[in-house]
Amino acid sequence: MDVVIENLPVLIFQGAKITLQITIISVAIGCLLGLIGGLSRLSRRKVLRFLATAYVDFFRGTPLLVQIFIVYFGIPKLLMDLQSFMVDSYGMTPVADSFALPRFLAAVIACSLNSGAYVAEIFRAGVQSIERGQMEAARSLGMTHGQAMRYVILPQAFKRVIPPLGNEFIAMLKDTSLLSVIGFAELTRNGQLIIARTYESFAIWLTVGFIYLIMTFTLSRIVDYLERRYKTGD
Amino acid sequence: MIEVKNLYKNFGKLEVLKDINCRVALQEVVCVIGPSGSGKSTFLRCLNLLEEPTAGDIYIDGINLTDKNTNINAVRQDVGMVFQRFNLFPHKTALDNVCLAPMKVKKLSRDEAEKIARELLDKVGLSDKADVYPEQLSGGQQQRVAIARVLAMRPKVMLFDEPTSALDPEMVGEVLAVMKDLAREGMTMVVVTHEMGFAREVGDRVIFMDEGRLVEEGTPEQVFGNPQNERTRTFLGKIL
Ligand SMILES: Nc1ncnc2c1ncn2[C@@H]1O[C@H](COP(=O)(O)OP(=O)(O)O)[C@@H](O)[C@H]1O
Ligand SMILES: [Mg+2]
Repeated sequence: MDVVIENLPVLIFQGAKITLQITIISVAIGCLLGLIGGLSRLSRRKVLRFLATAYVDFFRGTPLLVQIFIVYFGIPKLLMDLQSFMVDSYGMTPVADSFALPRFLAAVIACSLNSGAYVAEIFRAGVQSIERGQMEAARSLGMTHGQAMRYVILPQAFKRVIPPLGNEFIAMLKDTSLLSVIGFAELTRNGQLIIARTYESFAIWLTVGFIYLIMTFTLSRIVDYLERRYKTGD
Repeated sequence: MIEVKNLYKNFGKLEVLKDINCRVALQEVVCVIGPSGSGKSTFLRCLNLLEEPTAGDIYIDGINLTDKNTNINAVRQDVGMVFQRFNLFPHKTALDNVCLAPMKVKKLSRDEAEKIARELLDKVGLSDKADVYPEQLSGGQQQRVAIARVLAMRPKVMLFDEPTSALDPEMVGEVLAVMKDLAREGMTMVVVTHEMGFAREVGDRVIFMDEGRLVEEGTPEQVFGNPQNERTRTFLGKIL
């Protein structure tokens, strides 16, 4: 018990705080990517649709852990090889000794790209759930497709996607634990480090789990509340 | 005002409209009747290009809609449409439903648009409902807001697709009364309807459609009183 109380401040004020931070940043960027991706998937332009579909399929169809490895280990290696090639073949002067990404940046890139793919599907479904008559009414009043989207379809779709976006946030909060494998100091990683020092694996892992539970439980209550609030009124 | 020449519309292999020809004069009220599935809605939706005709020409106020160079958004401002299911914007109040298109399409200021919107809500008898959301309105009230929303664009022609079919019987009258007012003021109207009383009283002309063809047209007296075509007689016999 002492070991838990002693390490609780670190777990909460370093671990859980970083976990929340990285989740908020990633889902926020993910929302932006998802809006672009989701609308692209509904676009009339084939190229856009194809690119968006490829993006969504790749990031939903591969494990986040592998995506983290690709960003953190794969990309720097690729850039390094590319530099060697340019140096050897064209006599370019090397620009860097290493292309290693800071862990934080790698974490944000991997999680945002992953989140964006899920959010794209959420937005696409949200837009498609608005009945066809809304678009027709807007267009019949002389609005362009873009105006109808902006003033009629998207405002309604945003309301409907709030609950699934909340669920995506909760899922991402848990999935950021995978960042521990690249040594990113979020909650799980902090737990690992404490156990390495104290050997109290049961007590610490239970505590770590409990902190996740408190966060996800609180969030899911908020999502429930929003869901109830927005069920009426659309 | 409207001229339709050799209009055809297919959905895949299904031929929904076959060689429709007709004219609607300025300030005329034309009622379209016919059995369900005969292509009445499709015909109406071709008139503002919600459906793209497979072949044929449609002229509205001299502009050829099927011409590739026609700016369809500009034409649609002049051709209002009232839907069976109202299609009000649920996230906007009655007033904002009416204001939206004038502000975004005609670029009126909020004040100008609101002034027009309040006048029109008053005209359809709903000045006290300006700040209410559609879900709090009855069907009849929603349809009247929808009519005000169309009027705010100052259209030259109005298309109505069974505007009272989704309403409880006691609300049909209030919507028809608004439409009668519009007809009296000289609005050019094409009305798909099952309200034969309205067609008889307000319609200048009645068109009977069956299986995608314009089977018969004439004044209400001619079509209802002395139908020439066998299919018209059968249809009228069933519903009157
Ligand atoms: N978007 C569509 N795709 C395929 N078939 C359609 C579509 N819209 C209408 N139809 C078909 O066209 C025919 C005429 O429909 P409609 O114009 O709605 O008739 P009405 O309004 O007279 O009841 C029906 O057989 C209907 O199933
Ligand atoms: Mg119909």
